[in-house]
Amino acid sequence: MKQAIELNVNGEPHTALVDSRETLLDTLRYKLGHMGPKEGCGNGNCGACTVVLNDAVVNACLVFAVEAAGADVTTVEGVAAEGNLHPVQQAFIEHGALQCGFCTPGFIMSAKALLERNPNPSEPEIRLAISGNLCRCTGYDKIVRAIQAASQALSQTA
Amino acid sequence: MAEYNVIGTSLAKVDAPERVTGKATYGADLDLPGMLWAKLVRSPHAHARIKQIDTSRAKALPGVKAVITAHDLPSLPKGATAPLVGEVSIDMSAIREIVMASDKARYHGQVVAAVAATDPFIAEEAAGLVDVDYEPLPVVEDVLQAMQPDAPLVHEDLHTLEEATQEKSDQPSNIATHMVYARGDVEAGFAAADAVVEKTYTTQMVHQGYLEPQACAARVEPNGRVTLWTSAQGHFTIRTQLVTLLGLPASQLKVVPMEIGGGFGGKALALFEPTAIVLAQKTSRPVKLVVSREEVLRATGPGAPAVITVKAGATQAGKITALTTTMRYDAGAFPGSPVARGLLVGLAPYKLDNMLAEGFDVLTNKPRVQAYRAPGGTPAAFAVEALMDALAAEIDVDPLAFRQKNAAEEGDTLPLGMPLNRIGLTQMLKQIETHPCWTSPLEGPQRGRGLALGYWIGGSFTSSAEVKINPDATASIFVGTVDLTGTRTTISQMVADELQLDPQDITITVGDTDSAPFADLSGGSRITYTMSAAAHQASQDVLTQLKERAAEKLKVSIAEVEYQAKRFWAKNDTRNEVSLAELARESVAWGSGPIIGKGSTTRMQPAHAYAAHVADVEVDPDTGKVTILRYTCFQDVGKAINPTQVEGQIQGGAVQGIGWALNEEYIFDNGELKNASLLDYRCPVALDLPMIETVLTEVPASEGPYGLRGVGEVPIVPPGAALANAIYRATGARLYELPMNPERIFWATRGNGANGSHETNGSGGA
Repeated sequence: MKQAIELNVNGEPHTALVDSRETLLDTLRYKLGHMGPKEGCGNGNCGACTVVLNDAVVNACLVFAVEAAGADVTTVEGVAAEGNLHPVQQAFIEHGALQCGFCTPGFIMSAKALLERNPNPSEPEIRLAISGNLCRCTGYDKIVRAIQAASQALSQTA
Repeated sequence: MAEYNVIGTSLAKVDAPERVTGKATYGADLDLPGMLWAKLVRSPHAHARIKQIDTSRAKALPGVKAVITAHDLPSLPKGATAPLVGEVSIDMSAIREIVMASDKARYHGQVVAAVAATDPFIAEEAAGLVDVDYEPLPVVEDVLQAMQPDAPLVHEDLHTLEEATQEKSDQPSNIATHMVYARGDVEAGFAAADAVVEKTYTTQMVHQGYLEPQACAARVEPNGRVTLWTSAQGHFTIRTQLVTLLGLPASQLKVVPMEIGGGFGGKALALFEPTAIVLAQKTSRPVKLVVSREEVLRATGPGAPAVITVKAGATQAGKITALTTTMRYDAGAFPGSPVARGLLVGLAPYKLDNMLAEGFDVLTNKPRVQAYRAPGGTPAAFAVEALMDALAAEIDVDPLAFRQKNAAEEGDTLPLGMPLNRIGLTQMLKQIETHPCWTSPLEGPQRGRGLALGYWIGGSFTSSAEVKINPDATASIFVGTVDLTGTRTTISQMVADELQLDPQDITITVGDTDSAPFADLSGGSRITYTMSAAAHQASQDVLTQLKERAAEKLKVSIAEVEYQAKRFWAKNDTRNEVSLAELARESVAWGSGPIIGKGSTTRMQPAHAYAAHVADVEVDPDTGKVTILRYTCFQDVGKAINPTQVEGQIQGGAVQGIGWALNEEYIFDNGELKNASLLDYRCPVALDLPMIETVLTEVPASEGPYGLRGVGEVPIVPPGAALANAIYRATGARLYELPMNPERIFWATRGNGANGSHETNGSGGA
């Protein structure tokens, strides 16, 4: 059963013909060419597909594409404004907060959303905010430090 | 040692920008025009004879383009091997059975057929329409049961290989290999001991937990050649296996490395690529094969579990007099557990004059294990390091002092026979003595501190590099080694210093098998180490070629040419100079042409890596839950080429070890995995952990231009025992089984732990 949906991805309007069983993640990746969100588990356990859907941080693998009809979606590809890296992205690079990088798009989205609702999070608040994102390479230490650094950088520019 | 400008600095990962913006292309990110989707059909039985496979219903489904079984793979003589790495070969007839079972399913989830269809939904539906007639057989799941003579046989025709004599047993058995390493006189050693402790330790099957499920795609080109894209740990290794498995010459097969979302040892074998290629050949369309997380956990090849008995004796003064160990490693359904590495890693930190080490490679109806970071090392070190802690306590010697009294040194012989070259174990242990993580008081109830050591031999084998000087005096590096987590950056740092260029003026490419120089797989902590030799040699080759051309222009001999900061000049006349820019520009226009430097290494000495972890824990007496208060990793890294990356390797490895120690385990029921999701197989999340402190020791390795040692493997080795020993000091209870989850700790602290499940447990003086 196919259905046409309209949605905005990173500010651009799109139309997609989607299967009723298709997830938003599959639509973003295979219909709209946004390969940034990754599928690590397909059932909401790893957070590699984290996107922002109408201001809510969601696992795109747990949203049916048809549910996203008319929605505004932000993926990791939409984070760097006009080619300038976001302070969270910059901090991940500077602090060595990624190794294989497969989980990184999800962490960037969770971290950015955290700092938007809580500009000065404590370490436990950071750890809680990213506890839905699995990373197997870093042990999280440098990710937490990168988010702390991004918080400082954002407060200095604010 | 020379001074460096780029080596030793924490240069940001050169490939980080594409990763933080979602632009890096991993295996599943490939989308080819006209592409079909493959889906695998898997056995619902852990042990069953395959009587018949009927693919007619699946083939009849609209959108299905091909259905294959093992009969569609080229036949392969039993025992056919392919080189895996260096001189180590792998039995490709076993790999063929893992790719697709022919006669028997030997583990739950083993592939028996595959389909290709126009979309993933149709492929999944078609997989469910493949009718397989199974005759279920008795399942053997436990390693100790599998070793019994009356156990169900995983392979009816497998006989035990006695490693020393190379003879095979008369009767078939689930014990694939038995090995013994001995020296000295253990009986006399135990007789000289004031205390002897013997225990048996058990670890469970675990998964590497790489975030990216395996993904590959294959396309048959108009000329019949095959292009394969895969996110594996070595595209040359995959090609070599495919040459044997599919009978394709290497010249007909181009393997393109995709970015890899973690491997940790679990992506070194061609388990999926043959299926994608055969489906592409059958359909004349590109085929993509991406496995699900459930398939990853069930059947891609986890880390080996083990049952390990250790017995050691020591004098009252704290000197080890004898040690015996029996290590039984579960290989899963085909031979090849890392038991020999277990024996090596467990015993390598110690001087052992009297030693008897015995290993068994045992088969069960479980998925065939693959390497997992320091393969074999974590179970072995859990057993040996927990036993050493108990032995030190028995003679009332401080655990650190006990290690210092018995620490291996340069010149000592490793348990498997090799002499140790330069190592930094003694220096590293000295650093712990005065570090606050060891000296600061740990107050409060239910709190304790534990120490454990780790070792990894460090990989060698073949690596190559090409360095090209571009016409504008920038440089391009070309390698065939897959970058798992940062080797593009470390290799660039080396070349930058050798050529005295800004890292911004250097680019590095991991090329496909048609274009890049050959390299063995990325694993075993070998890439930065072996690439240091290859990149150094390639850079020196470039400098030699440049100096030859400079000498010609300056009209002096090559020996008289000096180079610094992009300038060549004559030693005796500094005004007689030529710039790198001029030589680079001219190199592509006349003379002997472009400058390409080459470097290779096939065999370096091991760069032994030692580590020690100190853990502070608090145990909740009501629930048995462990909270890690502080965790510090000491490691001899030889030379940190990029300290931030070295720390990241150590932190990541330690946390994998912590997960193995406290949470992670495969739970089986008659061979079927019951926790095949990342919710039920629980890897550590950020909330479970403190910051992970790192303390680097730099004792240069015996070989290599910069003295570095591979750093990735060893940090996963110590956490099991470091935490077990800390839990003992917090609660008074010794744990003998991983993971030390709340339930096991709850019962252990109530005098009803895993201890006693094996009759060999017991301690006492000799």
